[in-house]
Amino acid sequence: MGIAMKKLENVAEKYGRDAKVSAVPSEGKLNVGYRTKEKGLTEALVREISEVKGEPGWMLKKRLESFAIFKSKPMPAWGPDLSKLDLDALTAFVRPKGKEAEPTIWNDVPPDIRRTFDALGIPEAERKFLSGASAQYDSEVLYKSLRKNISELGVIFTDMDSAVKEYPELVKRYFMTRSVPAKDNKFSALHGAFWSGGSFVYVPQGVKVPQPLQIYFMMNYPGFGQMEHTLIVAEQGSSVQYIEGCSAPHYTKDSLHSAVVEIFAGKASRVRYTSIQNWSRNVYNLNTKRAIVSEDAIMEWVGGTLGSGVTMLYPCSVLVGKGARAEHLTISLAGEGQVKDTGAKVLHMAPNTSSRVVSKSICRGGGLVRYRGLLHVGKGCTGVKASVRCDSIIADRISIAETVPVIDVRSDDAIIQHEAAVGRISDDQLFYLMSRGIDENEAVSLIVRGFIEPIVKELPLEYAVEMNRLVEMEMEGAVG
Amino acid sequence: MALLSLKNLQISAGDKEIIQGISLEVGEGEVHVIMGQNGSGKSTLLSALAGNPKYAVKGAALFEGKDLLAQKTHERARRGMFLAFQSPIEVPGVSLASMLRRAYAARFGDEMSAVEFDKILSAKAEAMGLTRSFFSRGINDGMSGGERKMSEILQLSVLEPRLAMLDEPDSGLDVDALGRVGAAIGKIRKNGMSMVIVTHYARVLRSIKADKVHVMHMGGIVASGDEKLAHKIEEKGYRWVLQ
Repeated sequence: MGIAMKKLENVAEKYGRDAKVSAVPSEGKLNVGYRTKEKGLTEALVREISEVKGEPGWMLKKRLESFAIFKSKPMPAWGPDLSKLDLDALTAFVRPKGKEAEPTIWNDVPPDIRRTFDALGIPEAERKFLSGASAQYDSEVLYKSLRKNISELGVIFTDMDSAVKEYPELVKRYFMTRSVPAKDNKFSALHGAFWSGGSFVYVPQGVKVPQPLQIYFMMNYPGFGQMEHTLIVAEQGSSVQYIEGCSAPHYTKDSLHSAVVEIFAGKASRVRYTSIQNWSRNVYNLNTKRAIVSEDAIMEWVGGTLGSGVTMLYPCSVLVGKGARAEHLTISLAGEGQVKDTGAKVLHMAPNTSSRVVSKSICRGGGLVRYRGLLHVGKGCTGVKASVRCDSIIADRISIAETVPVIDVRSDDAIIQHEAAVGRISDDQLFYLMSRGIDENEAVSLIVRGFIEPIVKELPLEYAVEMNRLVEMEMEGAVG
Repeated sequence: MALLSLKNLQISAGDKEIIQGISLEVGEGEVHVIMGQNGSGKSTLLSALAGNPKYAVKGAALFEGKDLLAQKTHERARRGMFLAFQSPIEVPGVSLASMLRRAYAARFGDEMSAVEFDKILSAKAEAMGLTRSFFSRGINDGMSGGERKMSEILQLSVLEPRLAMLDEPDSGLDVDALGRVGAAIGKIRKNGMSMVIVTHYARVLRSIKADKVHVMHMGGIVASGDEKLAHKIEEKGYRWVLQ
């Protein structure tokens, strides 16, 4: 075999293997804010949602098909423990029109989240919104202001619900078809049945969108953020950057976030998708994100997952055209009671495709970070180059970092690099910084910031600043 | 009153005793040079005085008349002790500028914006013939031996300690780098900063005049004298002293 495994390092320094890692956050009780009369995830509920939204028949059909798949699929038999996630207790994700949602009472917002709002200096109005304690946003108004300047270029940027009605041909063609079909996994099927909200982006041939399309937070229905669907179609030679999520803690009473992101990067296009997730720790964050990358196109995933109790997230790039390239840059942070099962999947399905995965994770306070990655090179795909680098910092003796890379190469001349390093915060670095007058807490946070810097520098400035601030707070008292 | 006063200082790492009873007084504004064979405990002495937690220290150490040993590493630095490392540590992703701005705030209680601090740092760097790229990249990350030593001296000149402890500032450098580092230390010394310099070579004395020279052997000071001692060692080797 001509596979050049340039470096295969897997330093598995695992501390506290017998320490108990709780997969269930302390406030893990399911609490659904908006209930329809019927309990449980039923076909009637699927129909009700579709009707309330006034959807065309083809979308209802799609939802019902997804629902049937959801019913038939078992829970995943691998990965983190999801046994405490009671899907039957989830009733509705969407508030039927006309019924007023009960807002979260400000006093119910957990104190640690309120403290973080204080530390970040989040304005009062945003705080209430982020904590679910304020009225909803009018998405139409939001998108209108966001798409100023770009609609004349022919760019479509709207919420997904509107797109179903306004651009049925495009949506029919791309929505949960080739990228993430409902049958992909149990949660993509659930999503297909109950999705609501999200963004639709269409960039015509040759158009380079000048500014990043940024959705800081967006909800038209409460619960909107729970199962949002993002669909990005970039035609030949176009380029677009899409940023979503929110680095401030995002509190929700609902306990499941199951988004789907589908991206189509056309020939010689360039798409960058950036997301920051900081859900409150009662949330199971189970997402499916995939890009179909055509000839000579470049797909970049940049992301950070800070919050939620259990996260399963493996953005996937399917390189279907020759010369296509994917970059995956991610940061995962797991504190007390958190499980981050995250990584990247890259499927090289054409010759001369290339990819680079850089994953940086940090665990502390008994948290678990697990890099789970798949690198696949298809038969006959010559000239493939791929590199994976996953580094972890374990801040104390009760936290765990693991690496589960799967490399499946069916081509003769692929050049694959896999590097993994797991380590503690170095005593030498700590002493060096402290010998300059910097106290231990600040020294730790500086070291950690330095560790994630290669990824943070790819974030827009305001996100980078907040990311650093959050990591600093998270690391406070981590070592001692 | 001496700036630094050590009485019967004993230093161990784990079960291993490295320093067995050193007494030393460094007066205000004095320069002391410590020489000695590899493994004689010179670097350990400086590192332990800076508060390296891997060493257990017994005996008495006073800095400005106050107990030093009860204080943590960062507290010692804030009071005005500085250790220039023999092998400076890499901290990738953290720029020297951002680290030094924090260190400066900690030392002088003077919090300033990155822009304000940049003025101070640029001026100091320029005086040493260093460019901006020097402090905007990661600390010691991908730097040559000579650059690392210069980085230590730049930090020293910004933090203006009362006592600078320099651990082999002249090791591993080519002739040109040696000249630059020596000149930079000499310049800082002009302000009357007290220094303890660990070295293998008397040539450091070309840039700095030493008040006292000590020779360490097997964890103790075996000889003390003036600069002549250093020159004699360079000429005749350590055996001469040990006899």
